[in-house]
Amino acid sequence: MITIQALGVSEGLVKANAFVLRQPALDVSKRAVTDVAAEQARVDDAIERAKQQIEQLMAAAGGEQAEILDAHLMMLDDPDFSDGMKDIIAAESVCAEYACKVNCENFQQMFRAMDDEYMQARAADIGDISDRVQRVLQKVDDDPLDGIDAPCIVVASDLTPSDTAKIGSKPVWGFITQIGGRTSHSAIMARSMGLPAAAGAGERARLIENGDAILLDGCSGAIVVNPDAATEEAFDRKKAQFDEQRRMLEQYRAQPGATADGHRVVIEGNIGTPADAMRVDEVGGEGIGLFRSEFLFMDRADLPGEQEQFEAYRQVAQTMTGRPVIIRTLDIGGDKEVPALALEKEQNPFLGYRAIRICLDREELFLTQLRALLRASAFGDIRIMFPMISSLEEVRSAKAMVEKAKEQLKNEGVAFNEAIKLGIMIEIPVAAICADILAKEVDFFSIGTNDLIQYSCAVDRINDKLAALYRPLHPGVLRLIKMAADAARENGIDCGVCGEMAGSRGMASVLCGLGVTHLSMSASSILAAKNDLAHHSYEDCVRLASSLLGGVSATENESQLV
Amino acid sequence: MYAFEHTVNDPVGIHARPAGQLAKEATKFQSKVMLCKGDKRAELRRMMAVMGLGVKQGDTIRIEVEGADEDAAGAAIRAFVEANL
Repeated sequence: MITIQALGVSEGLVKANAFVLRQPALDVSKRAVTDVAAEQARVDDAIERAKQQIEQLMAAAGGEQAEILDAHLMMLDDPDFSDGMKDIIAAESVCAEYACKVNCENFQQMFRAMDDEYMQARAADIGDISDRVQRVLQKVDDDPLDGIDAPCIVVASDLTPSDTAKIGSKPVWGFITQIGGRTSHSAIMARSMGLPAAAGAGERARLIENGDAILLDGCSGAIVVNPDAATEEAFDRKKAQFDEQRRMLEQYRAQPGATADGHRVVIEGNIGTPADAMRVDEVGGEGIGLFRSEFLFMDRADLPGEQEQFEAYRQVAQTMTGRPVIIRTLDIGGDKEVPALALEKEQNPFLGYRAIRICLDREELFLTQLRALLRASAFGDIRIMFPMISSLEEVRSAKAMVEKAKEQLKNEGVAFNEAIKLGIMIEIPVAAICADILAKEVDFFSIGTNDLIQYSCAVDRINDKLAALYRPLHPGVLRLIKMAADAARENGIDCGVCGEMAGSRGMASVLCGLGVTHLSMSASSILAAKNDLAHHSYEDCVRLASSLLGGVSATENESQLV
Repeated sequence: MYAFEHTVNDPVGIHARPAGQLAKEATKFQSKVMLCKGDKRAELRRMMAVMGLGVKQGDTIRIEVEGADEDAAGAAIRAFVEANL
């Protein structure tokens, strides 16, 4: 028995035999040839054959897969691609195999050198089409995957778009790849096919032999090779539980969030990077309730430009196809460092120079982000949210900046959504208390419970010694949430919660009862939150909430909820 | 020679798909079609060279068509560019 710890990239547990995908070693050594013309003709033939293979794959593929393959066909059609190989053959009197390898490297280098993430990623496509041509040249049986005829888990170094297109028609129950992570092509395809998968298994994956019995846990990334009876039994139990849970929750995927009697609560996802949006989409999230834009700014020496920000925002808008995407403007400072801003260390960072306070102070920084957000709003329902709002003046200044950005874009003739919705985070207690004033200025509220609890209870949530004082169910916290929700309702605007409280077990019904209309949480909590709501009537939720509001302490409230 | 300029509206610029479609469009004609961005040029039939120019939203490109059927080719490519980019 061998155990391998990899990264779980597509949830689910599966047991099957290994199909180890070893790409046959291809000989790309530099061989001299005398008949240059004949060698060049081999290039044309190989490209023609490669195109036929791709056309066959396309007939069975759909959606994104088919689009990738179509782009591959067009690349193979580019005369520069074939001429590149023929020129090398002519110049050096070398074999087509070697020319194919060098040509591939040349094109990959060109794409990798571009200052655009999308173009850099095209190097992988060049690798994929060049491999295909290389295999044709060497008459290597087109695809080792053709050998799959029984249920199996495919174990490979990595899987190309060509591979995953083929796997769709084979009895493949899971993937294990040596390299890659959550956002690699094979991980994305595994999730869209609903197959458990683990990536980044590393060198230890080489220990797996064809036909080995494999237990794959795509949630934790744990892989067991040739398990003993006890391990297998434990796995079977875990799998049965997981499958039951998934069946139970699966019914909610396509359903909007609602109580048993149909009172709507919109269930959305929190994300930190554009790639996370896919996960929210996969579990039936009704939108993005919080996209933290900080990731673009951290761990780097310079500031992201308008174009780079725009691409990230647009990508999320397009992934969510028309559903709302709330993007929070830069929320850094204090504890979150951005080297390029060279902020001073502070005694009291959480009460310091951060978030909207920095943005209103540094107009260029803010304006760049607002322009990028507005441009992206032409591609979906993007909404802008300002963090750390404590006063009416801040809201008005932020809105004035949005107007300024709109004016600039209008003059430049750039498209954006004129009616873009603007909202604020309610996370400072005075904002909740004055919610009736602020509600008249914006289109939505989103309550950031993490900071709201920390500020209202004066408890540093990072300090372990104070953990017992950090109480979401403190009657004072619940009253603040209620004040914000009431003010939102009276003014006809949405009121969401995007803190951890939204995704905590059993909290969806409580927050619904307090009058919250939107809940945003990590993707993994979405189905459970829909499940919680579906098991309560709206009346139950209101009764529960008012009982908690009437509680005298967090301790009493916690005991009510158990 | 038939030539025109166009400012790219497509938010992602000239990525793989439009570059491939432009190449297909160009192969329908005999004329030689060049896409220029600043002082960099690429022949339109050569999809990856076109991608290599890294044309982004807001960039102004110039298309130059030269050959026997340059007017027909220029008009067709102009219609395609204006509708898709």
